[in-house]
Amino acid sequence: MTSLDPRSRAATRGWSDLAIRNLFVIPTLLFLIVFNIFPLIYSLGYSFTDYAANRSVPWSFIGLKNYRDLLSDAHIWSNFVITAKYVIVSVSGQMLVGFGLALLLNRSFPLKGLVTTLLLLPMMLSAAVVGLFWQLLYSPSWGPINYLFGLGDFAWLSDPDAALYAVAITDIWMWSPFVMLLSLAGLSAVPKHLYEAAAIDRAGAWYTFTRITLPLVAPLLLIALIFRTMEAFKTFDIAYTMTTQPTAELIAIRLYKQAFQQWDTGKSCALAYIVLIMVLAITNIYVKYLNRVKER
Amino acid sequence: MAAVRSARKAVLNRLAIAGALVAMLVFLGPIYWIASTAFKPKELAITVPPTVVFTPEITPMIRLFTKRVQIQGETDPAAYAAAPWWEKRIYDGGERVLKVGDAVQLSQYPNRFENSLIVAIISTVLAVSMGTVTAYGFSRFRMAGEADLLFFILSTRMLPPVVVAIPMFLMYRLVGLNDSHIGLIILYVAFNLSFSVWLMKGFMDEIPREYEEAALVDGYTRMQSFFKIVLPEAATGIAATAVFCFITAWNEYAFALIMTNRRAQTAPPFIPSQIGSGLPDWTTIAAGTFLFLLPVAIFTFALRKHLLRGVTFGAIRK
Repeated sequence: MTSLDPRSRAATRGWSDLAIRNLFVIPTLLFLIVFNIFPLIYSLGYSFTDYAANRSVPWSFIGLKNYRDLLSDAHIWSNFVITAKYVIVSVSGQMLVGFGLALLLNRSFPLKGLVTTLLLLPMMLSAAVVGLFWQLLYSPSWGPINYLFGLGDFAWLSDPDAALYAVAITDIWMWSPFVMLLSLAGLSAVPKHLYEAAAIDRAGAWYTFTRITLPLVAPLLLIALIFRTMEAFKTFDIAYTMTTQPTAELIAIRLYKQAFQQWDTGKSCALAYIVLIMVLAITNIYVKYLNRVKER
Repeated sequence: MAAVRSARKAVLNRLAIAGALVAMLVFLGPIYWIASTAFKPKELAITVPPTVVFTPEITPMIRLFTKRVQIQGETDPAAYAAAPWWEKRIYDGGERVLKVGDAVQLSQYPNRFENSLIVAIISTVLAVSMGTVTAYGFSRFRMAGEADLLFFILSTRMLPPVVVAIPMFLMYRLVGLNDSHIGLIILYVAFNLSFSVWLMKGFMDEIPREYEEAALVDGYTRMQSFFKIVLPEAATGIAATAVFCFITAWNEYAFALIMTNRRAQTAPPFIPSQIGSGLPDWTTIAAGTFLFLLPVAIFTFALRKHLLRGVTFGAIRK
């Protein structure tokens, strides 16, 4: 670590280290405070009012009423339940498919780099546009999915029971590659001599997998799990462009509708805060594990 | 015994490779479908069973970039004779379009594409330059509460876009930044800045300090050594960070949906809005989607060595 010793040679020429550090770091911090923290303070204020952004009637301070109403609103609770279901299905699907893919790829073969990169393509695409073109794939009348699986004219995205799972399947397609990428990194870091030792001891495949592979890959799998959980909880784009089914109305979509279609601004600020606190809790756990892996 | 074992292992190995190839085909299937639909004649996009083999057509691209009035009845020979070659292809496809004397107009797509380019490029340049200097500051100098500051920076990345968009929408309305390029650029810089700082810090930490210290001994100031020694060394990292920031801004949907509607609207909210009511023309939508996804697909290959680092904010480098 270069110190900020005022007697250092650099400090005597040109800008001092302290000045450079401040010049380099403070504008970024200010930018983030002005465009991320200040708006949140602004909306915290509105969350205690009955402000409606599309009307010019004066708003009034109503204390905690928005929060009380939201927490006793069965509709909101059902949105949270839908979101929880979505997170569980989509993240567990991604973990299984992604880790499975990594196990298949964890060997050397010709064109491995090309195959891996092609597999990673879905996660780099725009979720909104992915949601759009999966509508074509799921189409009940001419979609290739129904044709391939012989499902007739089953309408995935307008069926109240299937819509959420259809979105989850698309999300699994999109994000399994992410889990695969992290798992591959974990698998390639397992020292070969451990497997050799296991082979000499005549350890079975299952024993080797559960006692050597899994424990060593676990930290990276955990990172993938927490990150995907957080992202799935926030899901908006993909579900919003795919379906309008109320049974697939995730909490972020509910929030969007409340704020920009019903223009219930005060109440949507309160809901935004409830969502925000939950996201920050997961972020905290995520960063903790990220730092732990980093220090290894 | 050992021979049996290794023979079994070789078979398993082959099976796994075959499995990986099958998985790759399954994962590429949806992308292939949208790409092929972008070159299908209109009537082949919605056939039962789905059409796989066909002669590629350029008409979806022509329809994507132009808009015209559909008219009923037979083709007017005079209009056909006067039409440019690409308009003739639309006629040849069996569509009755454009009266004599009407000029073909540009559709909204090129404008939305241009907006996406402007917003993504400018926001990337800003986020990466600010992120690079800030990362250098964090990498080389001691700071009180450094870990907390870095956590604060990363946590801004995790904020759900809709949560931030509500107050930003109200504030932008006050200062007239709704539906403007600048408004969207500011939001994307704020969103990408944290990522850029974290990723660049990883790259900066890998540049040996000895390089700068040698430069300082040679009479460089700290500023000169940053610009002349550190920045060139960090070039690969800066390029990778820029591509990641570009892709994120290019793909972003929620902010664009909420903050823009006409003037500054980018492609992600525009493309789904083309569906409209009635029977959508999937070939045109697929053409727009294909052109929009193409740059990202190319960049993914350019980035392949840095993907792991990128998706973990620089924490895991392999």
